[in-house]
Amino acid sequence: MINYSVDNFANLVDNSNNSTVIEVAFYILSIFITCLIFISLFVMVVVYIERKVAAAFQCRVGPNRVGWKGILQSVADLLKLLTKEKITPLYSDKFLHFISPMLCISASFMTLLIVPFSPHIQIINIDMGILYWSAISSLGILGILLAGWSSYNKWSLISAVRAASQLISYELSIILSILTMIIFTNTLNIQKIVLSQLNGCWIWRGHVVTLIAFIIFFIASIAELNKIPFDLPEGESELGAGFHTEYSGMQFAFFFLAEYVNLFITSTIIVILFLGGWLPWHISGFSIFNELMDSIPPIMWLLLKVSMIIFIIMWIRWTLPRLRIDHLILLEWKFLLPTSLANMVLASFLVLNNLYFYV
Amino acid sequence: MIISILKDAIYLKYGDFVLEKSEISLVKEVIIKQSKFLEFMQLVKDDKDLKFDILLDHTAVDYINENVFHLVYHLYSSIYNHQVIILVEVPRDKPVISTLCSIWRIAEWQEREVFDLFGILYNNHPDLRRIFLEDDWVGFPLRKNYKDNFMLEK
Amino acid sequence: MTIQLKTLNEILHNLDEKKHWGTKEYFINMGPQHPSSHGVLRFVLKLEGEIIKEIIPILGYIHRGIEKIGESVSYRNFVHLTDRCDYFSSIINNWAVSRTIEQALNMETNDRIETIRTIFAEIQRIQSHTMWWGVFGMDLGAFTPFFYGFRDREFLTSIVEETCGSRLTMNYIQPGGVLYDIKSNFIKRIKQYIKYLRPRIEEYERLISDNVIVQKRTENIGILTKEKALSFGSTGPVLRASGVPLDLRKNDSYGVYDKVKFSVVIGTKGDSWDRYWIRIEEMRQSLNIIEQLVDNIPAGKHMVTKYTTKIKLPVGYYQSSIETARGILGIFVASNGMENPYRIHMRSPNYNNLWSITDMAVGLKISDLVTIVSTLDLIIPDVDR
Repeated sequence: MINYSVDNFANLVDNSNNSTVIEVAFYILSIFITCLIFISLFVMVVVYIERKVAAAFQCRVGPNRVGWKGILQSVADLLKLLTKEKITPLYSDKFLHFISPMLCISASFMTLLIVPFSPHIQIINIDMGILYWSAISSLGILGILLAGWSSYNKWSLISAVRAASQLISYELSIILSILTMIIFTNTLNIQKIVLSQLNGCWIWRGHVVTLIAFIIFFIASIAELNKIPFDLPEGESELGAGFHTEYSGMQFAFFFLAEYVNLFITSTIIVILFLGGWLPWHISGFSIFNELMDSIPPIMWLLLKVSMIIFIIMWIRWTLPRLRIDHLILLEWKFLLPTSLANMVLASFLVLNNLYFYV
Repeated sequence: MIISILKDAIYLKYGDFVLEKSEISLVKEVIIKQSKFLEFMQLVKDDKDLKFDILLDHTAVDYINENVFHLVYHLYSSIYNHQVIILVEVPRDKPVISTLCSIWRIAEWQEREVFDLFGILYNNHPDLRRIFLEDDWVGFPLRKNYKDNFMLEK
Repeated sequence: MTIQLKTLNEILHNLDEKKHWGTKEYFINMGPQHPSSHGVLRFVLKLEGEIIKEIIPILGYIHRGIEKIGESVSYRNFVHLTDRCDYFSSIINNWAVSRTIEQALNMETNDRIETIRTIFAEIQRIQSHTMWWGVFGMDLGAFTPFFYGFRDREFLTSIVEETCGSRLTMNYIQPGGVLYDIKSNFIKRIKQYIKYLRPRIEEYERLISDNVIVQKRTENIGILTKEKALSFGSTGPVLRASGVPLDLRKNDSYGVYDKVKFSVVIGTKGDSWDRYWIRIEEMRQSLNIIEQLVDNIPAGKHMVTKYTTKIKLPVGYYQSSIETARGILGIFVASNGMENPYRIHMRSPNYNNLWSITDMAVGLKISDLVTIVSTLDLIIPDVDR
């Protein structure tokens, strides 16, 4: 077993508060540039993948003209969005209209800080990583609500109000599922959660309880991401484009980017909590196999598992129709919430009596 | 029922409503007096042998030379599967007739269309306004003496 | 005289009415531009939160005055105009005019013509219903069925194009026959298509009909009782979903419908779910009809009269109807003996089906309105003519 030691990517800010202003500024700037580069590359790839996956489900080809097999399609889309005219409705609330895409994208950006790509690649490892993620990602809801309110448009308002009620409701199930896993892992520190799965991933170590928690977290996270079957805020057949109708150009690009970064982050959290994060796949006893698996760098493992989850989310997106607003709220408050509460009680019972595998 | 038997049945029962008997037996229309029109329609809907429960169609024909409008009502019975066409004549300079909204709900929209295109007014209609053309359109396009700037004359 | 003429603005801004509004009610415009491809249909909705209190449909965005144009064109040319009304199944519309003229002139057509007409009408019915199914999925949020529906329609379009010459407005059934005779590999291609579509319909049932989300969104939504359906003048699948067995193919047989075996599909409750699965069943019945007919097309001429002979109807009124994919299309002609009709009127099925929505959707949510409009299967150019 390789001894994983977890250390920070940049040790410029240490606990003794002795760093100068320039060092802190340099640190923040490096994070900023990393995020920008990462987001632009990553989102372009994911948007292309989504269009190709959608095309595969719909028995057609997808983008195949711009670049080799359509790879440069996202670049073309980005250039188009950058050069579009920025139109603001006449009677809209100008300040709120300006600031809401920024709220969405800064909420998504800030959650990138705690993502552990590998034991050595993580921007900041704080002791309450998971709590930080659930708190910051709720800021995105505020951005959506303000966007719908500040466009002088009744349809955007309807969509924003639906979004607010949907996102706030499903936050509860997410938090309860996270709490269920914390009962097992005993720590909120993300790297330690991953390390606690050295003997096996939580999804099969905690048998029934973690499986239920996984399903609840999965469904609730599709709702948080505004994907079909929960995409009422952006209900294309009913409302045109929902809360981002009145946004064009770079502001629309921000909403779009925020959605895809959220997709990545949420899938990463699922992988970290349930599927082992950056840990490789080991079969106990097969030492040759294990060594082979260990030679693949951990960041590839994380990306592989995250791609699996993203593919399943896209699969569901292009198959199912959308839920009506009252079915959606009913699903949360009458099915998911009581189930996750009961699940949490069961989890504590399991942990107290050491009834899960590999204690 | 075969159309000639149907028409004879109507003549027999409601003879005093009928204005004139059509000579040609192929066509399926019955011409009714304007004054007793509403009563006739109600009777014909409830009559147990006729039971016309669907008002399939309502339209009008403009006879400008004779100064009349012929209003056409196409009734169908889903129970007996027979149909009849009822005609009513209204004078062209005072085209008023009572509405059938209380008998068949679809009459509300069909009469709106005829009002929009011909200008025929309906007594007691709940919501008589234009349906296809704008509210401030002047004139009634399907009348034979309608002219406007967009029409091309041969 | 109790006639009060109102304008739309007066209705919307009636100050007296506003006194009776609650504080939470507001007007919203579901405008002529729609993400769902029904056409240019505009609704003004009075909403309280998400609940609809009143619907005012506003028509006329594609009113082209077809009936007025009809007074200045000949009878044969009017058949072209009927294509443009219900363009997803245009051959059936042509049959309505042809049937009227043939009945008026006592023209007898031969068996080959009637068989070809029946086969093409059923092909158009399948085309219309597969496309409706795709659009229904899209309205509900599942974007994938849209492509499957269009793909199935596309196979039939290329078969029809080989014979009729065009893909959307075919102008194929003429008074006196059909415009072109069927091509040599039409029968083979149709048989291949029947074998292709039958398992597809089962697959589509598994995808959409067995999906609990679709079932919850369509059951008991938009209930149209039998009495209301009759009073609202609905016809076609909308009326049959409410329990009335009215299908002109059986009740008033034309073509060779009396020689083939098929069942009329009738629903029980009149909700959106009934309207949905009736059309899926009708697709299967249409496949049965085509299968029974396609092997035994009798020999003969494809046109009884010459295409260039002028048609003049004797003085009088003539009327006949056809069962299209959406309801009863009736043609009413008033003739004064000349070449052009004195008055020609199309009884449009979609115009009469649309009116019932003002009663069906009150008290439901906006998402339900989209579902109901989708299951009514409207084509707006047919509403407006």
